[in-house]
Amino acid sequence: MDFAFSADQQALRAVARDFLANEFPIGRVAELAESEAGWDPGSWKQIHDLGWLSLSVPEDDGGAGMGFLEEAVVFEETGRALYPGPVFSTLALARPALADSELLAPVLSGQATATLAWAEDGALGLLDSPRVHADSAGRLTGTKRYVPDLALADFAVVVADTGLHAVDLRENPGAVLPRPTLDRTRRLGDLVLDETPARHLPAGREVLDEVRLRSMAALACEAVGVGSSALDLASGYARTREQFGRPIGSYQGVSHRIANIYLAVELARSLAYWAAWAVSAGDASAPLAVAAAKSEAAEAAVFACENAIQALGGIGFTYDHPLHRFYKRAQGIDVFEGTGAAQRAEIAAALLD
Amino acid sequence: MDFRDTPDEAAFRAELRARLLDNLPPGWGSGPPHVGRYEAEFSRAWSKKLYEAGYVGMTWPQEYGGRGLPYPYQGIYLEEAARVAAPHHLGVIGLGMAGPTIIAWGTAEQKARFLRPLLAAEEIWCQGFSEPGSGSDLAGARTTAVLDGDTWIVNGQKVWSSYAHIADWCILVVRTDPEAGKHAGLSYLLVDMHSPGVEVRPLRHMTGDPEFNEIFFTDVRVPRHSMLGQPGDGWRVAMTTLLHERGTLGFALTAGLENAVNKLVGLARETAPDGRRPADDPLVRDAIARQWVELQALRYTNYRSLTTLIKHGVPGPEGSIAKLHWSESNQRLTKLALSVQGLAAQLDGAGGVWNGYWQYQQLRSRGNTIEAGTSEILRNIVAERVVGLPRSR
Repeated sequence: MDFAFSADQQALRAVARDFLANEFPIGRVAELAESEAGWDPGSWKQIHDLGWLSLSVPEDDGGAGMGFLEEAVVFEETGRALYPGPVFSTLALARPALADSELLAPVLSGQATATLAWAEDGALGLLDSPRVHADSAGRLTGTKRYVPDLALADFAVVVADTGLHAVDLRENPGAVLPRPTLDRTRRLGDLVLDETPARHLPAGREVLDEVRLRSMAALACEAVGVGSSALDLASGYARTREQFGRPIGSYQGVSHRIANIYLAVELARSLAYWAAWAVSAGDASAPLAVAAAKSEAAEAAVFACENAIQALGGIGFTYDHPLHRFYKRAQGIDVFEGTGAAQRAEIAAALLD
Repeated sequence: MDFRDTPDEAAFRAELRARLLDNLPPGWGSGPPHVGRYEAEFSRAWSKKLYEAGYVGMTWPQEYGGRGLPYPYQGIYLEEAARVAAPHHLGVIGLGMAGPTIIAWGTAEQKARFLRPLLAAEEIWCQGFSEPGSGSDLAGARTTAVLDGDTWIVNGQKVWSSYAHIADWCILVVRTDPEAGKHAGLSYLLVDMHSPGVEVRPLRHMTGDPEFNEIFFTDVRVPRHSMLGQPGDGWRVAMTTLLHERGTLGFALTAGLENAVNKLVGLARETAPDGRRPADDPLVRDAIARQWVELQALRYTNYRSLTTLIKHGVPGPEGSIAKLHWSESNQRLTKLALSVQGLAAQLDGAGGVWNGYWQYQQLRSRGNTIEAGTSEILRNIVAERVVGLPRSR
């Protein structure tokens, strides 16, 4: 039994945190979030140069030959910083579906970003049966909803009843319908397909089982990062803000609230790391670990943000303060593949049926 | 990072399964679980068996009767014991508090005298820390010890002392210097509970069970050398005790909660007195899954804390949340177990579901957030020492 990150993994975390703190302090993230593009496309080369795009790709395929545990470190740190780029969409959602495809190389080399379009009205889950359909010429028709980072991605992997297909979004800009999104650092869009040309991918829909495990574990780690930032904002404020002649953190009404944030975030962290390890090791515990981690970490992040907002008082409720951006990300994570109740239903079935 | 057993750990687990299952009392595990605590003599006999089989104090140094095994082995033992709901060792206070404190502070003579009988459950320990006037505020203790030649004369009253009614020895915090500061005036005695002048009066907690006690000390004579550390070291020695109480209990708490979750799942799958199966109710299903998630959170938080302990010699800050989380989770769990019984939740004893097992567990759980550091004190510790907020007082 060893529950610690290796020296290499810790170094990866240190570099990631350093890079994000220098290049994407929360003030810059807020500026980008308010911009039309929503991100800095130039930063994708930096992400590539940091090695994040090929961490879990075997060395023979041009990657670093490490595992999902290393990616989990990146997801936590990008969540902590709210880095507004398609790291989650490209790495957790799209890349597993690109196995054996010629589109994998441009993703690994940082030439292209990608996302996954799975949801449809009436079929919101990753494993639900889609109605989007490819005709005999491989052209797709139908509407995909809630596609993360759609406007940032170069192509989208589309889940259709005919399998997985890739749509080049640069060549089909008309298919992209951005939707105003609460979390402006991860905007959603509708992908409106109408005999849209697409490329059939070698991976079948069975790869979505892996996508689901990876994406839920990734979001659990992101949520831990979000919750950690909320804790830092709340505790930093409570140490310095004075009322009635004392720092407000000396009042138990405030300090116990913040202790509760710490509690929730650390419990979630334990689950998120367990899930990340289980996915990385292909352990049989992965499905339940991922369900536990995603449900608990998302709820912990929401809880952390709500309590941080309360601890900060009026300032925490303003648009100028960054807390609402973390809060909105936490809420976005919470509804991915259903709220925690959906994951607990899976767990209950395993325990009780 | 790897949560799987090493080959040595796997072999240990397999051997333990065989030996533990072979050693359980006849008929163990069939029928409803035992209600409340076991009779002391039953527990003592079981504890002795465990000791002889080498499963007590496994992580203690070999020179003190342990096996010098790494901490994960203790975790494996507790996991396996929870799996079959094996009884506990009777010497809870001795193993978790008195023993580690004696190892840390005791003289060679004290270690030789006390540790082996403690492991073998031949001598049971209790804790004399809280007083009527000082509960969470331990340093406010007013029980006195005055030196008379080579003997301390102890007078005062302690309270909430579990196992005192069957204890042979007591770890006792006393005030030896009324002139010194609040903390500096304290000392830490090892007191023979059979001494003249020691009177134990059982207190019943809300289940009706006499688990804890008041202890009255009237001119109790304690040999001068029966002290851990020097006069005035009492606070620091007591902190060692509490660190162990809160630090190394993570595995035991996880095992206890795992046992409770398993039993809750069993209860939910049975048909309740009203003819319905709790496991068919979506709200109950959600609540049970939540308890299971909370259990895993406790388990892996404990693993993290333990990994820090193994690598750096001190438990990680995560350890401070284990007891807090366990106590509140156990309260939710036992309340859920009562609520699924409907009106039958009010029936106790032989007429109740599982002979009143959950009725006892639920009421007993209310003590969990009070004993061994109230949740309020633990939140203060997290806020001040872990998160770094200013002191609240």
